[in-house]
Amino acid sequence: MYEHDVLVVGAGGAGLRAAIAAHEEGADVALVTKLHPVRSHTGAAEGGINAALRNGDSWQDHAYDTMKGSDYLGDAPAVETLAQDAPENVIQLENWGMPFSREDDGRVSQRPFGGLSFPRTTYAGAETGHHLLHTLYEQVVKRGIEVYDEWYVTNLAVTDEDDPNERSCHGIVGYDVQTGELAGFRANDGVILATGGMGQVFDHTTNAVANTGDGVAMAYRAGVPMEDMEFIQFHPTTLPSTGVLISEGVRGEGGILYNTEGERFMFEYGYATNDGELASRDVVARAELTEVNEGRGFEDEYVMLDMRHLGEERILDRLENILHLAEDFEGVDGLEEPMPVKPGHHYAMGGIETDEHGQTCIDGLYAVGECACVSVHGGNRLGGNALPELIVFGKRAGSHAAGRDLGEPKIETGKPANPELEDLDTTASLGTVGDDEAAADGGLAAEDPETVVDAAVEREDERITRLLEKDEGTQHAEIRSDIQKTMTANVNVFREEDALEETLHDIRDARERYEDVYVADKSRTFNTDLQHTLETRNILDIAEALTMGALARDEFRGAHWRKEHQERKDDEWLKHTMVSWNDGQPELWYRPVILDGENKTYEPKERSY
Amino acid sequence: MSTQSPDTQTESETDPQAERLERKEERADEAASSTTETAEDTVELKVFRYDPEIADKQEPRFDTFHVPRKQGMTVLDALMHARDHFDSSLTFRHSCRQAVCGSDALFINGSQRLGCQTQIQDLNNSDTVRVEPLPHADVVKDLVVEMEHFYDQMESVEPYFDPSEEPEGEQLQSRENREKIKMSTRCIWCGACMSSCNIAAGDNEYLGPAAINKAYRFYFDEREGEERQQERLEIIEQEHGVWRCQTQFSCTTVCPKDIPLTEHIQELKREAVKSNLKFW
Repeated sequence: MYEHDVLVVGAGGAGLRAAIAAHEEGADVALVTKLHPVRSHTGAAEGGINAALRNGDSWQDHAYDTMKGSDYLGDAPAVETLAQDAPENVIQLENWGMPFSREDDGRVSQRPFGGLSFPRTTYAGAETGHHLLHTLYEQVVKRGIEVYDEWYVTNLAVTDEDDPNERSCHGIVGYDVQTGELAGFRANDGVILATGGMGQVFDHTTNAVANTGDGVAMAYRAGVPMEDMEFIQFHPTTLPSTGVLISEGVRGEGGILYNTEGERFMFEYGYATNDGELASRDVVARAELTEVNEGRGFEDEYVMLDMRHLGEERILDRLENILHLAEDFEGVDGLEEPMPVKPGHHYAMGGIETDEHGQTCIDGLYAVGECACVSVHGGNRLGGNALPELIVFGKRAGSHAAGRDLGEPKIETGKPANPELEDLDTTASLGTVGDDEAAADGGLAAEDPETVVDAAVEREDERITRLLEKDEGTQHAEIRSDIQKTMTANVNVFREEDALEETLHDIRDARERYEDVYVADKSRTFNTDLQHTLETRNILDIAEALTMGALARDEFRGAHWRKEHQERKDDEWLKHTMVSWNDGQPELWYRPVILDGENKTYEPKERSY
Repeated sequence: MSTQSPDTQTESETDPQAERLERKEERADEAASSTTETAEDTVELKVFRYDPEIADKQEPRFDTFHVPRKQGMTVLDALMHARDHFDSSLTFRHSCRQAVCGSDALFINGSQRLGCQTQIQDLNNSDTVRVEPLPHADVVKDLVVEMEHFYDQMESVEPYFDPSEEPEGEQLQSRENREKIKMSTRCIWCGACMSSCNIAAGDNEYLGPAAINKAYRFYFDEREGEERQQERLEIIEQEHGVWRCQTQFSCTTVCPKDIPLTEHIQELKREAVKSNLKFW
């Protein structure tokens, strides 16, 4: 058994930042990642990091823009924490050597981004995430923090009291991808999940193939609620053939969108008369698909994004990476031609429920970054707000797990005694099939921590042995692909009741087929077949919670659009969708949104652009 | 994809959405019929296979897969197709599939490239694609190689910002200086350069192009200060440092991020000479 004070699962921006913070508090900390840190998907982020750094801007304005952008589904204490802590964290990155783009006077550059009232997005070319990731990893190397790379964490070691709020997490079960060794990792002070996005639930996504939502699914099965899972951001500018992201920076610098009629439709069709291409991402994504659906799209699939008029010098200075992406993945020279773009899955606003210290309702279990929902993005994330979330909450969780007192959190976690329950009226049966393959139990009886970890290892060992010993059956790739297709067809930018129902049936069907899944590769050496099979189970749970939330929420808020319900219903829906695992069944309940900030209450207003 | 509709008016001839769907179906039919006609149009994918544990695969060999050719198909796409449809034990690293994670550097038709960044139609011989693990590295299984040595070399140059004095507040950096180090900061640690380098192949201790480039990135960062700069020079000037480079340009040729690696190494050699001359 391996043992550390703090274990961080996942080594992208949030995980690395958490590890550095825990180390600075004096903890013995280790990172466990299924990739190698520099392979993490944070490296693909392009646009930038929002922080109120300059005169004329303030954290209050950043918080206000974020609340408004969230369509009033962000929790004010989390949003204000983000805005308050972002400047010092961005300067910290600068101090660690991050190569930000610079102004003539040598200061860090900032640029405008969608939904922001001030050009507060700091950036490093159009490859901000790459530089953020590498800068943080460099600091991890400098501090000699231990990294278990290519170790896939298959489950958490959590005690099994009846009430999830009373459970505690003592460690994780790790699978060494290179050797096939299964081992327990004990955490004396805390486990921090930083496993990132879950884009593999969809088949057209900007996310890496590794983004399978492992952390969210593990926490969920251990008893932590998933929050606001229906809120998925579809980025308006992805390349049609691959889903590769074309940064919002292109529009920030003045790039324009047009349809087959050559019209600048954001203005001409009134989608966002004030802000045009720089309206929030949800607005632009719907506008593009509406153009396509009404017959004004190219190949009936995409629109065009043009940056040629910015001039070669500016493009090379600020958007050079975009030229390479367009050339390599779409065969288009962005200096000579417009680029084809369409909306694609980009970001999960929802995730593991946490408070502003990154704590979940399970003692000793934290979550940060895209896998978490501290609720800063609400119904729609503003561009440039994901990276500050990683560093702000990564740092907080790391130092809190290592013992720093951050005060009493304002956000509550865990299912209260009498939550507002919702009986989802659906024709599909939900939840687990069979014995325990798709089910959660809370771990093992609360004895000493080592027993809890050992027993968790034993259970995972049985699961893996069973998969490897089975000689024939269904392959995970088929199931995964079917889920991705149904999610993209039915739970995409536009959502309708019948289609959502159909997806729940498809997921049920996939769960049943997963009962028969087997791993053809019998080798213990670098068995990606096994790893992807375990991941696919996580995808199933996430797809189900996401679709349930989307079906139940019969209103139009942020990125969640419902055909039958074309208005935001503040009286009824200023609340977070929570899905908890309950005896083999997902259970749906709600928690009110916190609109009360430090000095003000954020009154919902209509969003206009 | 995205065939969903924001409103579902009854279909009529004037409904643009119905027309759109019809056009789309026509195109799909066309595509389907053309596939049937050219069912033989496949890419012959020859893939290196090896698994130390499985008796059948202990002797290295090449497997051939016939993958249906698609417009814009990359080598990674073809590998994934082969794995998901023909043999799920086919093993290779990949993640972002957009040339930033650096995990799918492979030896494709005789040169080091990223699988995701390589369009099959752009290869000289696009009918047969031969995919092997990166040369000069131990093979773990199939296309997966041991990266530890590469990581160790990267770490040996103290690859982190380390100013002589702790900065207070925002440090300034000139645009020129940022521009100077720009290309060097683009490295994605894919290992293609190291694999292509003859010197690294023969001298296991040679720092190699990626690590030297990392040293360059910090050496020329004006925020670090002269004292640290001198220390960095000592690291790269060691016996197995910059002087081993014989300017064969292989690293520069294969770098998927177009980093002028050989030039960077030469520039550091010049810095070393200048610095040594000072003491005369």
